[in-house]
Amino acid sequence: MSLNVRDMKSKNMAPKGGATSGSASSGKAVAKIGSAHQRNPGFELDLDWVDRIVMNRSALERRAATIGARRTVKKQYQAAWLLKAITLIDLTTLNSDDTNGRVRRLCAKAKNPVRRDILQALGANDLPIRPGAVCVYHNFVATAVEALEGTNIPVAAVSTAFPHGLTPLDIRLREIKASVKAGAKEIDIVIERSQVLNQDWQGLYDQIKAFREACGDAHIKTILGTGELATQTNVAKASLVCMLAGADFIKTSTGKEKVNANLVTSLSMVRMIREFYQKTKIEIGYKPAGGISSAKSALTYMALMKEELGIKWLEPHLFRFGASSLLTDIERQLEHQVTGRYAADYRQPMV
Amino acid sequence: MNINEIFANLDYGPAPEAKDMANGWLDDHGRKFGHFIDGQFTPHKKGFASINPATDEELAQISNGTRADVDKAVKAARAALPLWQALSGFERAKYLYAIARQLQKHSRLFAVLESMDNGKVIRESRDADISLAIRHFYHHAGWAMHVDNKFKGYSPYGVCGQIIPWNFPLLMLSWKIAPALAAGNTLVLKPAEFTPLTALLFVQICSEAGLPKGVVNIVTGEGETGAAIVEHPDVDKIAFTGSTEVGKIIRQTTAGTGKGLSLELGGKSPYIVFENADIDSAVEGLVDAIWFNQGEVCCAGSRLLVHESIEKIFIEKLKARMDKLRVGDPLDKSMDMGALVAPIQVQNIKKMLEQGKKEGCTIYEAKGDIPTIGSFLKPTLITDVSPSHSLVSEEIFGPVLVALSFRNPDEAVALANNTKYGLAASVWSENINLALDIAPRIKSGIVWINCTNQMDASAGFGGYKESGFGREGGAEGMVSYLKRDWEKKLKPCVLEPVRKASGVKNSSAIDHTAKNFVGGKQARGDSGYSRQVISTNGAMIGTVAEGNRKDIRNGVEAARKGLGWGSKPAHFRAQILYYLGENLDYRRQEFADRLRQLNGLSASVAKNEVDLSIQRLFAYAGWADKYDGAVHNVPIRAVAAAMIEPMGVVGIIAPQNFALLASISMLAPAIAMGNCVVLVPSDNAPLAMTDFYQVIQTSDVPDGVINIITGGSHDLAKTLAEHDGVDALWFAGDQAGSTMVEKLSTGNLKQVWTNLGKDLNWSDSEKFDGDYFLQKATQVKNVWIPYGA
Repeated sequence: MSLNVRDMKSKNMAPKGGATSGSASSGKAVAKIGSAHQRNPGFELDLDWVDRIVMNRSALERRAATIGARRTVKKQYQAAWLLKAITLIDLTTLNSDDTNGRVRRLCAKAKNPVRRDILQALGANDLPIRPGAVCVYHNFVATAVEALEGTNIPVAAVSTAFPHGLTPLDIRLREIKASVKAGAKEIDIVIERSQVLNQDWQGLYDQIKAFREACGDAHIKTILGTGELATQTNVAKASLVCMLAGADFIKTSTGKEKVNANLVTSLSMVRMIREFYQKTKIEIGYKPAGGISSAKSALTYMALMKEELGIKWLEPHLFRFGASSLLTDIERQLEHQVTGRYAADYRQPMV
Repeated sequence: MNINEIFANLDYGPAPEAKDMANGWLDDHGRKFGHFIDGQFTPHKKGFASINPATDEELAQISNGTRADVDKAVKAARAALPLWQALSGFERAKYLYAIARQLQKHSRLFAVLESMDNGKVIRESRDADISLAIRHFYHHAGWAMHVDNKFKGYSPYGVCGQIIPWNFPLLMLSWKIAPALAAGNTLVLKPAEFTPLTALLFVQICSEAGLPKGVVNIVTGEGETGAAIVEHPDVDKIAFTGSTEVGKIIRQTTAGTGKGLSLELGGKSPYIVFENADIDSAVEGLVDAIWFNQGEVCCAGSRLLVHESIEKIFIEKLKARMDKLRVGDPLDKSMDMGALVAPIQVQNIKKMLEQGKKEGCTIYEAKGDIPTIGSFLKPTLITDVSPSHSLVSEEIFGPVLVALSFRNPDEAVALANNTKYGLAASVWSENINLALDIAPRIKSGIVWINCTNQMDASAGFGGYKESGFGREGGAEGMVSYLKRDWEKKLKPCVLEPVRKASGVKNSSAIDHTAKNFVGGKQARGDSGYSRQVISTNGAMIGTVAEGNRKDIRNGVEAARKGLGWGSKPAHFRAQILYYLGENLDYRRQEFADRLRQLNGLSASVAKNEVDLSIQRLFAYAGWADKYDGAVHNVPIRAVAAAMIEPMGVVGIIAPQNFALLASISMLAPAIAMGNCVVLVPSDNAPLAMTDFYQVIQTSDVPDGVINIITGGSHDLAKTLAEHDGVDALWFAGDQAGSTMVEKLSTGNLKQVWTNLGKDLNWSDSEKFDGDYFLQKATQVKNVWIPYGA
């Protein structure tokens, strides 16, 4: 019935041109951001592949538990990794009480994420330290686009009835189009969890495909709501179906579920990205979101990406943190690096 | 490297753990150590250096223990025994608890010192070695509290001699010391010559915990020192962890001495991956299986068996994973693998790899760099191998994995068991039906389902076959440090001389021909000779076959064919035992008459022996479905099922007395637990058991479960002891025979029980209706089943 991915590949689905990876490991050169990245063209739904996927939670937990214990970075390595982490943040505000003023303040922080004096002391003045994007509700897209004009920082919008995804499909599709029209370059959509719980892979696939079409040139991140998908195997299968349907990123959570991003779920998703890449040569991005607020946990996530996927996946076009308070903690650690004194959050400009 | 460069290449950079505290401790001791005997360090004497294998630097000078040193330590341990045993369980628990606390308080010092001495990475010494050691003392503080109640009728051995290896120095020390102390023993322990330092730090902890002097004694040294401990006449029990080669020597040395013995030896553990496994997790599991502690792990998953249908993709993923492993400074917190213990270990492994190359194996080494100084090896994968290659059959004890494929579950089991070892196994499958089908079929003391190298103080650790015997951890581990009270009180038996015929022929009208009983049939003996059976008054009352080596061979072959008995439901085995009892009851008068005729017993004594034999069969019919396992409380989300499994083929040499009852008293527990038996009855009075053939044949006993060979018991015992197809051997007879069978058992390290030439009262139902022989008829397999979707 369904067409195998290997067959798909032969029908000129292979990526054109090289990816960005080579430059990242070449020493001094600052990595280029996703210029030669080939977008996921989408593939037919391969239900045989979906069926074969199994994830063993206990084994994933053991692996997850050792990542932070197996890898650590100290001193200038830590500083460089933390600066990198900032470029991977989708600086986010997704609260019911958001206002234009709040969004403008967030954008101002995005433009100057680290105090000048700290960057100077680190000798990192020339590095392009900017968050990966600013992420807001649709109603604040225009405000954010205006506030970020000239910075090249994209605006991401959460669409499709965030965080539950349970409004009529045509309304969700219109919401996407409206956000794109308002200037959002990235659209974070939410999936209908019921489709996963009921193993309705065709339904999920069709919906994501429709969202993808509605996005047009804007990149699509599919939020799985992993905390509500019950099993790691479900998480992995949902990840695959979204990628087959054309997702540019797969993302863990809305930040509103009881359980948000964690390393165990991340392993399930990241390993599906790896398998997808091995079969299709298409690189899909990963975005853990919700609950990542300490510099130390950000470093652990980065080590996980480096270990499981390689440093290519530590560039903003393939990896993002959905976070806001994380930035303040990173700034504190960077200041500590510079002064040798522990820093206080109230001395960092507020996000 | 500056921040801009690191920003681009995202290297990890160095993350060294400080070692100044450990160096400070070594300096405080002048980097020279003596032994720790009777509560204090002896002055340093000539010995050897302890060397950091990652840097080749000398850490300290260690004394080489002499026989006199060992003797002094044993005397101290002996002297400390009365006081230590007079303490209540609570008092001993307080000491064990204090040791656990002290270890915890100094945990980083122990971890750093361990990494310096052994070469293992600090992540492992910190997160595995030391934390598991601490857990072991906590767990056994609890056993000290409860040992008297839980093990009624047992008492400690006395002075234990303990010899440990270099791969997990402090952890192996704790596995030895914690249960020994909890049970009420005192001890002399010899750490490995490569890694004595944490043991020497440990005794300092004991002193801080106020442990009475002489309870724990440490004598450092090499093989000679170990031999002195093993050979010391005043040591009551030997516990050894190390190579199978040395284990066999210890078995021979202690033969006939009555010393308790537990051996935890080598392995070549299979790591089985089925096509329906979580493949990425199974690949990651191998990192914990074979690249944990540089592969210097007795239970390392060193033989990958992968379903042929996923072999290619699995090996690809595995190589990619290997290339990510970081090998280097053990004190760097971002290293996956450190140094091997010593240059000699590296040389030995390289030699084995050379041999493997000659045999045509393909060797893949991980891409990452390794340091140029120190004892480092790259993670290595061997492909294009089969069971006939030396790298597949021999234990390498290093970071070298061999990979083979299988076609179906049966072949996976066959390959897994195609080894002289039987320590551990891993089974990866998301199909619980398949995984739980495979686990009992693998001959090993531990099976990890969808995980590997899980250990805990509450679950027994130890092997089948040449991986040793005895368990460490849990209730099954405590038993290794306890002895039945009554065993300590036995007196030597007085042997009946071989009976001589006076030429008087019994008046029996028809000639009775007793053959051997093999595979469910009466079989004529191979030799063509017969053996006269003489009554106590000298009358020749019949003949039996003069069994020889080949009859034993045939009996063992029949027994091995009958091993399906062990997987029959216990209820079914119970029914057969009841039926044996019932059918013996039909003939009780006949058997009583036979006993009177054979052994000149009075009517009432003979009747009593038959009645007790029937009772025994009922007792073990009753036990068959009740002597069962446990689920241990391990600290991960898993079921750790301690399954009771039969030994396999049990050889039984019956004593001269109690011609019927003694044989039945051993036969019944053996078959109740699912073993098949090759039994040699009393050589003076074998007719009681040859008469029993008809009881067996009317009781639906499956062929091969019971085999009986008559003849000279010493000769037949010798063949049974040497037979590699015999898994356990029970010998009741004289001291010389006891010593002989223990000595000869080392070919396959079968588990031997003997009466040590002591007199056993087989009519004592309290002893012989109980679990004494059930323990010896079974071994514990711990199956770890983590769960969670």
